[in-house]
Amino acid sequence: MASVETPSRSDAPPAVRLRGIGKRFPGVIANDDINIDVARGTIHAIVGENGAGKSTLMKILYGVQPPDSGTIEIDGAAVTLGSPADAIKAGVGMVFQHFMLADNLTVAENVVLGAERLHGIGAAAREEITRISGSYGLGVDPDRLVEDLGVGARQRVEILKVLYRGARIVILDEPTAVLVPQEVDELFDNLRELKAEGLSVIFISHKLDEVLSVADEITVVRRGTTVTTVDPAGVTARQLAELMVGSELPSPSTESSTVTDEVLLSVRDLTLPDPAGGRPLVDGVSFDIHRGEVLGIAGVEGNGQAELVETIMGMRDGATGTVELAGTDLSGRSTGQRREAGIGYIPEDRHRHGLLLDSSLWENRVLGHQTRRPSVSHGLVDRAAARADTQRIIEAYDVRTPGPEVPARALSGGNQQKLIVGREMSGDPVLLIAAHPTRGVDVGAQAAIWDHVKNARRNGLAVLLISADLDELIGLSDRIEVILRGGLVGRFDPSEVTPEDLGSAMTGAGSDAPREEGSP
Amino acid sequence: MSGGRVRRLLLGAAAPVLALVAAILITSLVLLVAGDPVLDTWSTILSAPRERNVANIINNATVLYLSGLAVAVGFRMNLFNIGVDGQYRIAAFAAAVVAGEAWLPGYLNTVLAIVVAMAVGAAWAGIAGLLRATRGVSEVISTIMLNFISTSLVAFLLRKAAVRAPGSNSINTKEIPEGSRIPGIPFGGGVVEIYGFVVLAVLSGLAYWFVLNRTRFGFDLRATGQSTTAAVASGINVRRMIVIAMLISGAAAGLVGLPILFGDAYSYGSTFQSGLGFSGIAIALLGRNHPVGIGLGALLFAYLNEQSNPLQILVGVSPEIVAITQGVIVLTVVVSYEVVRRYRRRLEQQAVAAATDRPERPAPTEEVAT
Ligand SMILES: Nc1ncnc2c1ncn2[C@@H]1O[C@H](COP(=O)(O)OP(=O)(O)OP(=O)(O)O)[C@@H](O)[C@H]1O
Ligand SMILES: [Mg+2]
Repeated sequence: MASVETPSRSDAPPAVRLRGIGKRFPGVIANDDINIDVARGTIHAIVGENGAGKSTLMKILYGVQPPDSGTIEIDGAAVTLGSPADAIKAGVGMVFQHFMLADNLTVAENVVLGAERLHGIGAAAREEITRISGSYGLGVDPDRLVEDLGVGARQRVEILKVLYRGARIVILDEPTAVLVPQEVDELFDNLRELKAEGLSVIFISHKLDEVLSVADEITVVRRGTTVTTVDPAGVTARQLAELMVGSELPSPSTESSTVTDEVLLSVRDLTLPDPAGGRPLVDGVSFDIHRGEVLGIAGVEGNGQAELVETIMGMRDGATGTVELAGTDLSGRSTGQRREAGIGYIPEDRHRHGLLLDSSLWENRVLGHQTRRPSVSHGLVDRAAARADTQRIIEAYDVRTPGPEVPARALSGGNQQKLIVGREMSGDPVLLIAAHPTRGVDVGAQAAIWDHVKNARRNGLAVLLISADLDELIGLSDRIEVILRGGLVGRFDPSEVTPEDLGSAMTGAGSDAPREEGSP
Repeated sequence: MSGGRVRRLLLGAAAPVLALVAAILITSLVLLVAGDPVLDTWSTILSAPRERNVANIINNATVLYLSGLAVAVGFRMNLFNIGVDGQYRIAAFAAAVVAGEAWLPGYLNTVLAIVVAMAVGAAWAGIAGLLRATRGVSEVISTIMLNFISTSLVAFLLRKAAVRAPGSNSINTKEIPEGSRIPGIPFGGGVVEIYGFVVLAVLSGLAYWFVLNRTRFGFDLRATGQSTTAAVASGINVRRMIVIAMLISGAAAGLVGLPILFGDAYSYGSTFQSGLGFSGIAIALLGRNHPVGIGLGALLFAYLNEQSNPLQILVGVSPEIVAITQGVIVLTVVVSYEVVRRYRRRLEQQAVAAATDRPERPAPTEEVAT
């Protein structure tokens, strides 16, 4: 394998040079002697397992956290980055995985917000936005309201925001996790434009195929240390994964169908009106899921899948239609009662809906299971049992943490996700509603989560799976429905459909497309 | 581990102490600017309290403690019950009327009055809870308004229910019969007494701790306070929690005036102590909503109140100066908790670094040959 330990495209100093970066948290060494060179005009990918220390490293480079040791050089000059403002001054910008845009403002207002000093807030600012948008092919309209934009467009606004502030080095932490393939391609085209203009892009992803297709160099981080930097031309995704884990990956096993003819979840004419008066957010949705069946919902983010899930969970007011679980009508039941009826729920936004970030892991184990053993008995929280069960989840789902007392905030994104999945799978749910269950987890953990789901499915678990990862949808589902503008517009048999077909159906390009009868 | 424990305790105490010192400095500055004797003022306040004063401090702290608890219940759920002041006054008035009528004999009468006080306090706070849960009205606004209404309502009702004591300008409810009063607890050499209600206040603190930290209900309440969205997704009925939390906060507020009523005043009159609810807000902040912390905060406030009494006579400074100190403490405490938090994190980090520092680098970076 080609190992480029000292990348030197030219004699110019690298855009970023990190030497001996170390960062420790209580009980955890997040970064330990990290060495990375990012050449100017390149896309540099960073890969590694969940908790390997990627986000921590990027936060250090963006001045969010100070390193315990090590040096940072930008364009050959040593810098100390005490805050994001320092980083921006040094030409470093970062797009976080969770967008930070104000929905009710226009693109231009969002971009200018907080950077009024640069070009004012008037015509000059607009001109600059249009110029940046044009020269990097971002195609952003400054006058659109952000709330009208899809995820891909919002991400471009975030990138524009960073460029507007004069960044020459752009950090993207898991930018593709929320995107469907078409949007990923567009994003990569944008990144290539940036690179062509001489900017450097550092980007983190768990999707190794994407990494191989777009990156000029790939640095592998394992347990806080840089293992090696490789040339994508010389490695395969599998080899990358092995570098990350430090051992060989187990090969995924193929599964036979476990679908039964017993209907577990029956949804009829489910409609959720838009409180703001627009078209319904969920529009006359009907489907059945049988015991042992996985129904996949494919769709571009923002087409009603989040609302569909929340309506089934009883979190939305004003919904009409019926939801039946094992013959019991759930309409009028509270979210708590639905959970008690045996629904596990992996929410799309783990920070908003899945976790109490400042509470310990075992308290997070109790969350959503407040009425059930082992967390709670006789109205009292059973701390010992909750701790013990959290320890079980930590082991079964390989959550990397010093222990159940650690606050959820201290876990890396992927490890938070593993904890949630483990929690929702405990107590033997009959139905699992899983929105992006493997978002942000590494390839190894993804396979492990899939195995857990498949095992439970064999025992009769029904799953409603929502995912932007089409491979996951196709690999896990027994049936796939496409959601577009709140309604189900197409049905596919996962054994025959290709990601490309799905992709075009999702964007509405193939709305006349096959209403295939993949019998359940 | 004991070394670490001691340090944790010290660090825990550091923030309030820092806040106190800062508040004293700022108050001194005010005194200085006003041309008042700084040193004399402090030496009066910091002089050792006599037994009688200590009893007063404990009594005052009892009342403030209940007020702090009432506010803290709301705080734990991110609800700002600014209305404890109105709630305790209307509750104390209702209790005074009921106890004064003496429909039941002896302590049954007392128990009934306490229950009535809690119910009235809960109901009054519940209005704000309902408005918030059903109409989204901020509880800050509604409890402030309810404070005004409570003041006028009590004044109005007092005129109807009151009996005028001969030769006095103040009007009061009927006196509580002797058999229904709560006897004091002898204190010190037995010359002075403290409120028997102290026991109930301590029990309230224990109940507060137990319910919040050990019960499912407390878990739901804290979860809702931390993240409404996560609470909703976990199946907690947030609207119901808002109403219940306000009811509990109001019920606790209902107790605030009772130590005075049953241990000292024996009737509710136009001179009944007011403003206790606002001190409760400061004390809950100071005590970080922790039952012991609130207790210490209540003692501190009571101490300042008591020790400032002779200021006017001894050094010619208005006792109101300690209200400035108390107000400033609330501000400095917020700042100093943040300062100490950062310092603690730095220490932690250094400790971790020291514990994990090894001279040589381990983990040879093995290359995977392909
Ligand atoms: N604020 C914190 N306090 C304590 N520990 C932390 C904190 N932030 C991160 N860590 C720990 O540092 C390690 C590295 O975390 P980091 O978020 O950098 O991982 P990552 O590589 O981004 O993982 P992922 O792919 O899951 O996002 C983890 O073990 C995590 O638990
Ligand atoms: Mg991360």
